[in-house]
Amino acid sequence: MISQFAIVLFDGFAFGMLLFVLSVGLSVTMGLMNFINLAHGAFGMLGGYVAVTLMRQMGMPFLAALPCAFFAAALLSIVLERTLFRRLYRAGELNQVLFTIGSVFVAAAVATYVFGTVQQVIPMPSWLRGSVEVLGLRLNVYRIFIIAVALAVTALLVFGLERTRLGAQVRAAVDNQRVAQGLGMDVERIFAVTFALGSGLAGLGGALAVEIVGLDPSFGFHYLVYVLIVVAVGGLGSVTGSFVGAALLGIGDVAGKYFMPEVGSFLIYLIMVAILFVKPLGLFGKR
Amino acid sequence: MTAAEPVLATEALQKSFGQLQVARDVTLSLPRGARHALIGPNGAGKTTLINLITGQLTPDSGRIVLGGEDVTRTPVAARVRRGLARTFQINTLFPDLTPLESVTLAILEREGAAGRFWSNIATHSGAIDEAFDILTRLRLADVATRPTRTLPYGQQRLLEIALALATRPKVLLLDEPAAGVPKDESAVLFNVIAQLPDDISVLFIEHDMDIVFSFASRIIVLVAGGVLLEAEPSVVRNDARVREVYLGQGTHG
Amino acid sequence: MTNAALTPDPHAWLKARGRWSPFEIAFWAATLLPFFFFPSYLPLASQIAIAALFAISVDLVLGYAGIVTLGHAMFFGIGAYAAGIISSRYGWTEPLTGLLFAGLVAGAVGFIASFLIVRVQHLALLMITLGLGLLTYELANAMSWLTGGTDGLMGIDIAPIFGVFNFDLWGRTAYAYSLAGLFVGFLLSRRIVHSSFGLALRGVRENVRRMPAIGSEHRVHLQKIYTISAALAGIAGALLTQTTETASLQTLNFERSADVVVMLILGGTGRLYGGILGAAIFMIARDQLAGINPQYWYFWIGFLLMLVVLTMPKGILGGLARLAGRRDE
Repeated sequence: MISQFAIVLFDGFAFGMLLFVLSVGLSVTMGLMNFINLAHGAFGMLGGYVAVTLMRQMGMPFLAALPCAFFAAALLSIVLERTLFRRLYRAGELNQVLFTIGSVFVAAAVATYVFGTVQQVIPMPSWLRGSVEVLGLRLNVYRIFIIAVALAVTALLVFGLERTRLGAQVRAAVDNQRVAQGLGMDVERIFAVTFALGSGLAGLGGALAVEIVGLDPSFGFHYLVYVLIVVAVGGLGSVTGSFVGAALLGIGDVAGKYFMPEVGSFLIYLIMVAILFVKPLGLFGKR
Repeated sequence: MTAAEPVLATEALQKSFGQLQVARDVTLSLPRGARHALIGPNGAGKTTLINLITGQLTPDSGRIVLGGEDVTRTPVAARVRRGLARTFQINTLFPDLTPLESVTLAILEREGAAGRFWSNIATHSGAIDEAFDILTRLRLADVATRPTRTLPYGQQRLLEIALALATRPKVLLLDEPAAGVPKDESAVLFNVIAQLPDDISVLFIEHDMDIVFSFASRIIVLVAGGVLLEAEPSVVRNDARVREVYLGQGTHG
Repeated sequence: MTNAALTPDPHAWLKARGRWSPFEIAFWAATLLPFFFFPSYLPLASQIAIAALFAISVDLVLGYAGIVTLGHAMFFGIGAYAAGIISSRYGWTEPLTGLLFAGLVAGAVGFIASFLIVRVQHLALLMITLGLGLLTYELANAMSWLTGGTDGLMGIDIAPIFGVFNFDLWGRTAYAYSLAGLFVGFLLSRRIVHSSFGLALRGVRENVRRMPAIGSEHRVHLQKIYTISAALAGIAGALLTQTTETASLQTLNFERSADVVVMLILGGTGRLYGGILGAAIFMIARDQLAGINPQYWYFWIGFLLMLVVLTMPKGILGGLARLAGRRDE
């Protein structure tokens, strides 16, 4: 019983870390620009398809496909940001919601056209398959890998935000955009770079997710809800918030579906609504 | 409440944002019919003080007394209904409503009739008359039925005041009513303010010292969140510390 | 000082805004055409009327009060199930009281939800409306003893309207009934829009920060309109249940919440007829394109959404109004 519980906790945490990589970029960009980008999940889907295609069609190794997924999503996001999204920064949240959700519909249709509606499978390298025994528990190797990648991403983000010039600018702009602009920062450029990095992370998350949750054209939509829960519950612009929110959601989701399959998802939504009722800005949100 | 008692008083208001103290020990009182000016360099905390008095911000300590009652914890809207109205430095209007609709709405809110959904707006003829009367007094009658966003900036500043007047205030706080208005137009604006009924107490923020000295009966000088001086215009004009604060500029323009 | 020729008469001006225009009368007359010219499309016409009523209910909160909602299907679905359950489980088959019951249940849930809604803004508001919608769906799914779960609610029986008009096979009664429901709901909404309460709602939408500064308890206004809107959405859902004699989880799903916002945006928000027009275009297009893969249907919906946001932020009616050089509300 105890070991069963520990396995669920482990699986849940791994799922949470996956959600963290998928959503942390959105949290930071939303905190920066207040731009509600519901297309964030679609960048994850793109990363997934890029990884699957590179590995299956071109025989690229998994570890090489991951950065490609990152860069593909980052590149596309730069193009879209420069041409389309930037027109919407002052357009009001309803227009942002509609436009980005429209682009999710389009992305799903394009994915269907190119790849069909079948579930994609990723050929995992042998060293990531199977499980290892740790403290008497059989743990899935791939899930350990995901946790390691997520922790590395967290470390990089925290280091980047705390120690680099761009990070300091991002923090200042999240705190107070007008002051940042007054200090002569080019907030738009900072945002464009952050947006690309955030979307790239979503692409990486999408590539990592294929093995765990599968990949089909509804990915951008299905995981959007999870991503939004993480961002809203964690609080805008907070890496810590996204980490905690994602871990809670991952564990809650896996545990709920395992122990209470009937009402598992119901509980997730209930808890989210309750948290937002008490703390409308999320657990770690500042504004 | 006796005649001598102030309509509005603040007692030792304190407010900090982190390390930054934006209001330190501010004690003021506004008698009935006052025409007081609030001046001070940029960043002195003038707008913050108005936000504290009206309830947009909550003070860390101190009290706000309106008409003899403690309103320190009273929500913004309830203070307005007790007679404390303000205007905003940056236009805070209803862009797609017409002035007539905006002012009528403020009157209906005051009368508690804004929640009625079963009768046409045109049936509230008393409120409509009053709204049109206010707009006429502020020379906005001709544009009363045009969407607010199409009005020239100067008229939008007047509408700010019209909205505040529609709440029938006892105390009116004007946050730079002429901000951004050319000098010749701002005289028109302040003539409107000068003609307000005598029983309304007015506290206004203004940077143009000519206007301050011709309209204020008393001047409060705010520096770094604290009151440096509160006195008659002639005293303020000759005060060495005030000159120093406005260094170089002198006290005149 | 004021020029009498230029100075408007405030009373006459405000009165004119609430007057019926010939276009409106012509429009409602045209809704009767399907009876005579397109009898085979009566079931579709009935679906359009129901979708239009739902869209109007969303317009009241989104278009007039500025509350962005991504979960309004919860009220549509609650109304649909309330009307279905009262018939199938309790044998109450009289339609008009069933409709009223569904409106009351949905309105009551809306009133409770409104306490959450008015507390939050921006992302949290989107997430709470979305979350409540998903939550209701999951709840209905889990409570299959009451709702029939994924199989839907079986055994709904609806008595003739006024004891006379049977729901016939060709959908004549169904359309007449749905259209009457839409018309009554529209009249009520029109009344609200042109009242002092409607003005207060537009005030909230135009500048929520100014409302407290004119002494308004605007949260009370928002709670009130949210409750009214929920009741109307519930009645729309009940109309669907009663005219089709089924109630399924589809009434509650996210697509319905999203579709209704799409209809509204397409037609134009904040003008009541926008929802009706959007519903008609959306439903007719979907009916005509029924053969194609739903994925491609959503491609066009997505494409249209992006196009409308970039080129016609006020919807078709807003675009037409601008072309006509006429400012209406």
